[in-house]
Amino acid sequence: MSAAKEQRGWSRDEMARRLAQDIPSGSYVNLGIGIPELVARFVPEGRTLIYHTENGLLGMGPSPAEGAGDPELINAGKRQVTAIPGAAYFHHADSFAMIRGGHIDLCVLGAMQVSQRGDLANWSTGEPDAIPAVGGAMDLVAGVKSVFVITQHCTKEGEFKLVEECTYPLTGRRVIDRIYTDLAVIDVTEDGFRLVELAPGVSYDEVKGKTGAPLLPMRG
Amino acid sequence: MINKQVPSPAEAVADIFDGATVMVGGFGEAGSPIELLHALIDQGAKNLTVVSNNTGSGEVGLAALFKAGRVAKVICSFPRTANSTVFPELYRSGRTTLELTPQGTLAERIRAGGAGIPAFYTPAAVGTPLAEGKPTAVFDGQEYVMERGLTADFALIKGRVADTYGNVVYSKTARNFGPLMAMAAKVAIVQASRVVAPGEIDPETVVTPGIFVGRVVEVANPAHESELVAAGASYP
Repeated sequence: MSAAKEQRGWSRDEMARRLAQDIPSGSYVNLGIGIPELVARFVPEGRTLIYHTENGLLGMGPSPAEGAGDPELINAGKRQVTAIPGAAYFHHADSFAMIRGGHIDLCVLGAMQVSQRGDLANWSTGEPDAIPAVGGAMDLVAGVKSVFVITQHCTKEGEFKLVEECTYPLTGRRVIDRIYTDLAVIDVTEDGFRLVELAPGVSYDEVKGKTGAPLLPMRG
Repeated sequence: MINKQVPSPAEAVADIFDGATVMVGGFGEAGSPIELLHALIDQGAKNLTVVSNNTGSGEVGLAALFKAGRVAKVICSFPRTANSTVFPELYRSGRTTLELTPQGTLAERIRAGGAGIPAFYTPAAVGTPLAEGKPTAVFDGQEYVMERGLTADFALIKGRVADTYGNVVYSKTARNFGPLMAMAAKVAIVQASRVVAPGEIDPETVVTPGIFVGRVVEVANPAHESELVAAGASYP
């Protein structure tokens, strides 16, 4: 009974750790709310990243110590943060000029669905009684140089999130470069989804079976 | 002699009229001009069009203006937030209409309006429901959607320090939409923790030049929305 369970797949932290390996030092990075925020905890030692938060801060630091926060120093998720030495504040038009103008190197977002062409749906289920809210997601995917998605491979109900065509309203068309899930790392290529790496204990056939569009094998 | 200082928030918002378009600064609680909003509730103007990134939280500040039934339409990027209960109810019952705009597009629409640019093209939202019905064009092989600049009758903005010429500096991420809305409104009204004499702000550090500001009012110890919400406050 004491045998350790063989690992299958990546936890949320491990997904974030795996993604963090792929961010070059010196990058200007925008992390979305939720799992994407975890990435900052796992950046390999010796690499310096500058975090952009679209509400108007370049050089975002970690959460403040208990009681040391400032309600006027918050991130895009409206949580209190800190500013590192060398940080800069700016207004929203400048902030989105950084985004749309291609000055931010990488953005990491969550997803409801990603299509095999790299379309992203992550802001609305399109249900009639939902309050639509989009924030900066459409600007980010339209302008940031590389856009990575970090997400569970399937929904809690086991539905595909990697699909041939998104059925939810789009955030952007042909905008996603790479997807990190609990099962695998997958690139969006001209030919569709291509497996880059499998999580421990996961097979190509399993990932293929949980992907709602053709999945090309790893390049030999 | 120019002196844009007015004695109280009530006097600062006295001429906001029924049906006015009012830009309201702030991203979440950072930069939300709570005292000006409460003065506007007291003043009673209704049928307003509000331009703001969010719709407030709890039942204070911007959310209280919605709750009081004063807002006919909101142009906004993210109308639901934690503790945001007032707007969803108004939206679902059809009492407030929503024009949803991507956040960067909202900022640029305001900047453009203030800069005399009636429309511009952006790559954001191309191919999505938020581009439906809008003109598109292809430049250098990429598709863009046309968006209109936004102007307003009034803007309500929170600064940190202002001088009596209307020059403003802000606090950290509370700057957000303030400098843009100041440009886009006929009358920009700025509440600041301190109002000082001309010359006391280093010209090199001025963020909003006074030409864009109509009125400044000192609110020495502005309330923070999160603290009011945590205390269960509601206004009035």
